[in-house]
Amino acid sequence: MAKNNKNYPINHIVGFALSIILTIVAAWTALSSGLPTMWIIIAIMVLAVIQAGIQLFMFMHITESGATNAPWNMIIHSAVIASIVIAGSLFTMSFGFTHDHGGGDHEGGSAPGEEEQQDTEHDGHEGH
Amino acid sequence: MQLDEFFVTGEPLIYAGMVAIAVVSAAIVFLLTYFKKWKWLWQEWLTTVDHKKIGVMYILVALAMIFRAGVDALMMRLQLAFPDMNFLNSQHYNEVFTTHGTIMIFFVAMPFLIGLMNVVVPLQIGARDFAFPYVNALSFWSLFFGAMLFNISFVIGGAPDTGWTNYAPQAGAVLNPGPGINFYLLGLQLSGIGTLATGINLMVTILRMRAPGITLFKMPIFSWSTLITSFIIVFAFPILTVALALMTVDRIFGSHFFTLAGEGLPMMWANLFWLWGHPEVYIVILPAFGIFSEIIATFARKQLFGYKTMVWAIILIAGLSFVVWVHHFFTMGAGAFVNSIFSITTMAIAVPTGVKIFNWLATLYKSKIIFPVPMLWSLAFIPSFTIGGVTGVMLGMAAADYQYHNTYFLVSHFHYVLIPGTVFASFAGLVFWYPKLFGHKLNEKIGKWAFWLFLIGFHVCFFPQYFLGLDGMARRVFTVGPEWFTLNFISTVGAFTMGLGFMVFVFGVIYSFRYSTRDLPGDDWQYGRTLEWATPTPVPKYNFATLPENVRTHDTLIDMKEDGETTFDEKKLESIHMPSYTGQPFIMMAILFFASFALVFEWITLAVIGLIATIVMMFIRSFDYDEGYHIEVDELRENERRARGLDDDRE
Repeated sequence: MAKNNKNYPINHIVGFALSIILTIVAAWTALSSGLPTMWIIIAIMVLAVIQAGIQLFMFMHITESGATNAPWNMIIHSAVIASIVIAGSLFTMSFGFTHDHGGGDHEGGSAPGEEEQQDTEHDGHEGH
Repeated sequence: MQLDEFFVTGEPLIYAGMVAIAVVSAAIVFLLTYFKKWKWLWQEWLTTVDHKKIGVMYILVALAMIFRAGVDALMMRLQLAFPDMNFLNSQHYNEVFTTHGTIMIFFVAMPFLIGLMNVVVPLQIGARDFAFPYVNALSFWSLFFGAMLFNISFVIGGAPDTGWTNYAPQAGAVLNPGPGINFYLLGLQLSGIGTLATGINLMVTILRMRAPGITLFKMPIFSWSTLITSFIIVFAFPILTVALALMTVDRIFGSHFFTLAGEGLPMMWANLFWLWGHPEVYIVILPAFGIFSEIIATFARKQLFGYKTMVWAIILIAGLSFVVWVHHFFTMGAGAFVNSIFSITTMAIAVPTGVKIFNWLATLYKSKIIFPVPMLWSLAFIPSFTIGGVTGVMLGMAAADYQYHNTYFLVSHFHYVLIPGTVFASFAGLVFWYPKLFGHKLNEKIGKWAFWLFLIGFHVCFFPQYFLGLDGMARRVFTVGPEWFTLNFISTVGAFTMGLGFMVFVFGVIYSFRYSTRDLPGDDWQYGRTLEWATPTPVPKYNFATLPENVRTHDTLIDMKEDGETTFDEKKLESIHMPSYTGQPFIMMAILFFASFALVFEWITLAVIGLIATIVMMFIRSFDYDEGYHIEVDELRENERRARGLDDDRE
């Protein structure tokens, strides 16, 4: 264990500190930075990518080659699952659930009520 | 806070529950003290890191929870037995169906299967323990304390009452104030830590700790299904963890992820819940498939038909399980296009499942079947589960689902897959591997009584519910009209027959504990095919004195029998490195239990103190340099010779 991790404690402590700092920065950006919403979202996403990189390099042994290719295997699987979760949720949830109770400026939206509006604007499905 | 806000008051049934809890706790304390067993309890069980003992504890928790959630079920059936019954009021009925569902999934199905995996998987792959024995103990105690936290809700604070799906906004702080839903969120969160850790633990164990020669495709099918299940756990459970955390933050700190106010998206809860929830269905069914495959091959006394197709079917099912979740809420209104896509993926899952059914039938075809109790459960599974599967395809058709949705047709469907699938498999696996767990067999005659009562009770209980559903009886109603009386009454009779079957099963456990012979060969059923039956019964702490060498097929023991090989080759004995027992996992999870309980009542200071104490425990663990101990060759030789009757007398 010890021999393939020369800079064992320092690397981990630096990584740990960086993760915490990035988390605090992200929380500050969202709560009290006062940036426009779009910029907040972009900033958080950039921070998230950096965070993921730190995790991979400092803790997840991504640079080490071992007896198996398990890390890459797991990364690919996780990426697939993550894209299913995100793309799937967007796909499923994009049926026009809005908070404007009629007459808002959301696209296509003049449907009244919340759950009752369901399919009317897309395909005229009748059923409930 | 007043005492009557803390304890649930005003319900005679709950007062009875309180008395029962007090009496049982007092009885346990008394018995432990009277027989001077406290030290034994701590040294042999609470501090153990042995995968077999942890497995036994998982199964004991599962059996206790079956009892609790089973009583919930009987209370519901009693309330629905006659029109306009007044046994449970609507609020109490809501709480009872919520706890029934939640406990059955999280604290019965999961621990029962994980318990069997704990005991069996290391034995099947020729490992001496899990990859991380300490983490394994941690997982168990997290499940145990999670289950306890969830269970005390009905006497302290009030039980959750929004169904096991806990849909927002009904479960949000506005419509559902008080600690009830917090118990659900934090109980599941606490036990979820353990489930996730077990998933990683099993994955690493199977990938890295197989005996030399056991390649992935020479692994017994139960170990295969466990490997795939642990992949699903690792990928699906974080979704639940996040969803639970978001709702906890919503309820306790006033954020707006799932609220109606403040741009929240209540439907996102349903979406996230089922993104985890559908893979969860396969987490509890794939190990069951593995168990049935082992048992059917063993008692058909024939190699499993289509081993490789079985493995690929499991992998395919696992992959598809992540892309069907919307079929749980077709009626949400996502539109015809979204629904059609998920309708098709749902039906696609029936294909690999059908392949498995035909493989089991082909295994049975022209074989010399014998009918001990595990085989009865397995054979009953095939037709019963198929009924559940076919009605599942009916529900999977989005257009038709608008008719079936939230009726008793659905209720019957998922009981028809979960009971013949998971519950039958749990009983079958428990009876099958019982000698490896406890060193003696269960009484066959009592076991058959339990089986027939449970099987007949099951069909009498749930078959009528399909027709109740088609007649329009909605799910989760607390009274029934006179037009539904007959079928409901039949259903209730069936439910009580199942309860009777379970009592007979428990009686069989007690009877066998007293009267069964303890002098068993390692291959207790005589037809064992895989490595777990190569160990002596009871299994020694280190599992295998020596590991097999010439593994040719997945039926490792059959090969070993042909070669005259055993897992005790005196010439090859070496000292075995074992992990030390430790009380840390128990203490750490007890502290987290305290922190979670405080958070349920939103006592933030106490919760923070508990969390800090947990971090201190982690710190202690990080600087723990206990290297374990070694079992020396002399002790191994003596122990194995005694266990195997001086010389190996297996034919």
